[in-house]
Amino acid sequence: MEHLLNIFIKSIFIENMVFAFFLGMCSYLAVSKTVKTSIGLGIAVVFVLLITVPVNFLVEHYVLKKGALAWLGAGFADVDLSFLTFMVFIAVIAAIVQLVEMIIEKFSPSLYNSLGIFLPLIAVNCAILGAALFMQEREYQTVAEATVFGVGSGIGWMLAIVGIAAIREKLRYSNVPDPLKGLGITFILTGLMAIAFMGFMGIKL
Amino acid sequence: MGNQEKEPVFSAKNLKLFTAPLGRDNPITVQVLGICSALAVTVKLKPAIVMAISVTIVVAFSNVIIAAMRKYIPDRIRIIVQLVVAATMVILVDQILKAYAFDVSKQLSVFVGLIITNCILMGRLEAFAMANKPWPSFIDGLGNGAGYGLILIIVAFLRELLGSGSIYGYPVMEKLGLYSIGYENNGMMILPPMALIVVGLIIWVQRSRNRSLIDK
Repeated sequence: MEHLLNIFIKSIFIENMVFAFFLGMCSYLAVSKTVKTSIGLGIAVVFVLLITVPVNFLVEHYVLKKGALAWLGAGFADVDLSFLTFMVFIAVIAAIVQLVEMIIEKFSPSLYNSLGIFLPLIAVNCAILGAALFMQEREYQTVAEATVFGVGSGIGWMLAIVGIAAIREKLRYSNVPDPLKGLGITFILTGLMAIAFMGFMGIKL
Repeated sequence: MGNQEKEPVFSAKNLKLFTAPLGRDNPITVQVLGICSALAVTVKLKPAIVMAISVTIVVAFSNVIIAAMRKYIPDRIRIIVQLVVAATMVILVDQILKAYAFDVSKQLSVFVGLIITNCILMGRLEAFAMANKPWPSFIDGLGNGAGYGLILIIVAFLRELLGSGSIYGYPVMEKLGLYSIGYENNGMMILPPMALIVVGLIIWVQRSRNRSLIDK
């Protein structure tokens, strides 16, 4: 239990998707103009990560890894499909995003109206594929670990985008040099936020 | 090439497709695409250059493939088709890197895989290759890859020079004898936050020189 909590805290603060690995920067920069929309996108990302990371974990362990197909019979014991990783992961993500979109549309039209426009965007958000690839690279052992890691990364990403959106809303009232307006100042602000987040690096978990 | 009027292979229009992304239409600083990988691989020049070449190859060839089949792709599933083509190219690049440049491939870690969801790639496939012939698409891919690489190399150059005191692994600061007169490397430059700030500064410089790019 403690071990899972460690992974959770670590993926939110210490190995934050945005500040430590710059993942999902495109939508982070494009959608962070108001707090309201950024909360919507944040929730959608957490939601999709919650589902895709464990699913990709299972795919990795029962289909792709060297020897993972052993459950099919002895003849498959030394099949190594790991070169297909990227293609399978991205297909799983795209399919799940589509599925999630349809399920939400059917069962909760109000949630669909608030999240709907963001869901298709998420299939090509690098934070989602990034989380799947980090899950593979760091060799998490159980589904629980992978799920906790997925949710933690999502919450970390949401924290970052809501934070920058709040700052950008206030920024409208300040006097930024013209050439730095918009994109430039957002980069520098993100840099400063990242420096603040590096304060968590000293924590050993 | 069904059209009767024959266009020279390097016409002015095609040349412009290549040069625009280097400056006025740069994928990173103007179109704001492909930031994710741009920042993470720029601690040293070597991985940055390898990354720039990989992205250029993937964008150029995926552009050609998508442009060649653009008339046969059903509109509803075009994103999936684009992802599959991109993923195939990235798998090829990844396998080649693993075979011939294993240490660099280890340094780039997940970022080679992330070329698939690199917004430059999806952006160019969606905006350009779906509506143009293969040859202009190829040039467009090369141009955007080069524009991306240009920023990557500038950032990596600054970070490696100021952070580790070397250029492409060659210890410049040590050879100049700066350490003996009290020069210190700025350890901050190696850390992730400075990549963001350096890109912010590049955007600042570019927009002060070319005021038409300023956000209103």
